[in-house]
Amino acid sequence: MSDKISVQSAPPSSAGGFGSTSTKTPGGSPQNAAASRGGTRVRPGDFIFRFLSTGSAVLIMIILAGVALFLIISAIPAITADWGSNDQLNTGPTAAFPNFWAYVGPLIWGTLWSAAIALLFGAPIGIGIALFISHYAPRRLASVLGYLVDLLAAVPSIVFGLWGIIVIRPFLIPLSDWLGANLGWIPIFGGPVTTTGSTILAGALVLAVMILPIITSISREIFLQTPRLHEEAALALGATRWEMIRMAVFPYAKSGIVSATLLGLGRALGETMAIALIISPAILVSVKLITEGQNSQTIAANIALNFPIATTLQRDALIGTGLMLFVISLVVNSIARIIVNGKPLGRKKKSKPAGPRTPSPLSRVPAGDFASATALDVVSGSSRAGNPGDEGPTPEEDIEGARY
Amino acid sequence: MTALSQRTKPTGPVGNSLTTGQLPRFAELYVLAGSAVVSGLLLLLAGFNVVGWLVLTAVVYLIALSILSLVVENRRKATDRLVRGLVTVAFLLALIPLVSTLSTVVIQGAGELSWSFITQTGASTFDPDTLEVKQTPGALQAIVGTLIITGIAALISIPIGLFTSIYLVEYALPKQWLARTVTFLVDVMTGIPSIVAGLFAFSLFSILVGPKAFSGFSASIALSVLMIPTVVRACEEMLRLVPGDLREASYALGVSKFATIVKIVLPTAIAGLITGIMLAVARVIGETAPIFLAASFTDNFNSNPFDGPMQTLPVLAYTGYAFPGSDIAASNASAWGAALLLVILVVILNLIARVIAKIFAPKGAR
Repeated sequence: MSDKISVQSAPPSSAGGFGSTSTKTPGGSPQNAAASRGGTRVRPGDFIFRFLSTGSAVLIMIILAGVALFLIISAIPAITADWGSNDQLNTGPTAAFPNFWAYVGPLIWGTLWSAAIALLFGAPIGIGIALFISHYAPRRLASVLGYLVDLLAAVPSIVFGLWGIIVIRPFLIPLSDWLGANLGWIPIFGGPVTTTGSTILAGALVLAVMILPIITSISREIFLQTPRLHEEAALALGATRWEMIRMAVFPYAKSGIVSATLLGLGRALGETMAIALIISPAILVSVKLITEGQNSQTIAANIALNFPIATTLQRDALIGTGLMLFVISLVVNSIARIIVNGKPLGRKKKSKPAGPRTPSPLSRVPAGDFASATALDVVSGSSRAGNPGDEGPTPEEDIEGARY
Repeated sequence: MTALSQRTKPTGPVGNSLTTGQLPRFAELYVLAGSAVVSGLLLLLAGFNVVGWLVLTAVVYLIALSILSLVVENRRKATDRLVRGLVTVAFLLALIPLVSTLSTVVIQGAGELSWSFITQTGASTFDPDTLEVKQTPGALQAIVGTLIITGIAALISIPIGLFTSIYLVEYALPKQWLARTVTFLVDVMTGIPSIVAGLFAFSLFSILVGPKAFSGFSASIALSVLMIPTVVRACEEMLRLVPGDLREASYALGVSKFATIVKIVLPTAIAGLITGIMLAVARVIGETAPIFLAASFTDNFNSNPFDGPMQTLPVLAYTGYAFPGSDIAASNASAWGAALLLVILVVILNLIARVIAKIFAPKGAR
């Protein structure tokens, strides 16, 4: 028993217990110490609990590997088949393609293209909103405003799809007409102008709305973590608020903004329903924004539309396209996470000798999902979003800032 | 500064160096009102509509304020005011879809929503006399399906997610490879496209059970893949908020690790845990694509999650538009009814989460 006590008597953790799990006694790892003493009595409850929690962690790795494995197993028959001579694959929606890669190529293009347009609208506005909430809005309002934006994340994607059908499509028709008439010589506005509004422009606009909350919540979190002393130093030197943001906040939050954008991209890549309901697609590589029937189809929407009517091998082909989507979004998300996680490693080394470990600035970036971000908001009260928002730091905030 | 300017009232042409070169205090409001009037008048000539008016007001306001500030103040302040305006506009812009979506759902769905819509199974009946197919709107099969599928998904994900977060916070060392890998994988898993989760469940059951193995349970598996990372992240955040002093006090009394976690850590964090889990449920309850692929869709009432296709609210909303029945208007109306029900469910879950957070919030100073 005594070894357990000594192992766990970590230095008093500060900053509300954030460091509690990472505090470590100099004498080696507690886990090994507890495990290697074969003679000491281990309570069955302890053992079972440790087994369950470690098992769950391992299970997550198995699940992710299983997702990849089963997709690959299902997709292989369609990927390796000769599409021209196969009687299941040379009919229906997959008829015109000689092989799997010719089929998935345009779909990948459509996925990337629609996500890129969505990002073009969504990223600047999302970052602007984050800036507004963290540095411009009145302090008392900040958390309420943040909650309003988070509410966007709670609306189910199918509702956005239906909303896109009856609101966004007709709303964009006059704009499409105008663009087609006046800017039709630019390739992306070329082609016959839509009459129903089922354009990729409408789909991407709805996508942009759907990725706003993730971009906003992550950038807001990172803007709020800017060292307060940097901001005040800039203001004290006579900078206007915008100059302060440009010189103190943006350099600090650069990697966070990049990864917020990438995570938004990841979400836009995988959104199904908005695109499936709104655009009238074709499987081809096209950059046209305001036509119907010549919009590049996305992988996810293509699966949703064709899955119910597909034959067995066609289904395998659709699963193959899903595998490609999985790989693409895995790459995008991994890059985003590596950028987010990369920064604290560098900082940790620097700040290690300095007494109690403070949470490194980017270590508590939310997953970008609604649940964890909002749950934190709810539980830790309204103060978090508004903290460094306005004039006059409280003494605690001042000390907090001085640690960096 | 106001006190200073009161004391040294400028006399004659020489201004006070502290207040000259500045726009008056409420200049922004004046400019806003002015630009609203100007753009309103401009639009009256060309035909008035509210959207155009708001857009034009914003544009005129931004331009006018920048020019005014450029003339009276200087370039730096003009940029500052322009950015402040732009950022505010960005925020207001985000509120438009929120308000528009919710109001559209309520307006379109309210007509369809009735007691019979909730308690009846939707069906289409063929009348041999008039040779017409009549559709009875109803969402009972979808409501039951949604609750069963989401319930099973929650039963699977909550233990796995909670235990994983306990592992990450209580057992793992931050440098340990397993902890780092799991943290990274959980982060990556939050970004899995929902449709891929559906494809995974479908191919899993096709391979294990046989072709066309659509079932509610399969959809639950798909939802679990999406829900586990959310639960892990939310619970991990909450467990990390528990002060380390509490744990240390418990260990100092000779309490075992298991008892410390169950009796000290979890009760302290319970409000946050439940809130996070409720929000995770609220998130997956609206997923359409994975359920659509794994459980397919049907008009029949099916409450057995292990056999046959199952209808759910989001899929009812989707198929009402994508694969309408013979009476297209009725299908679309059912879709909106289902969407409204779904939004109501999500709102209820969110409210419960908030109420629980309030009730169970740790007492005393933090």
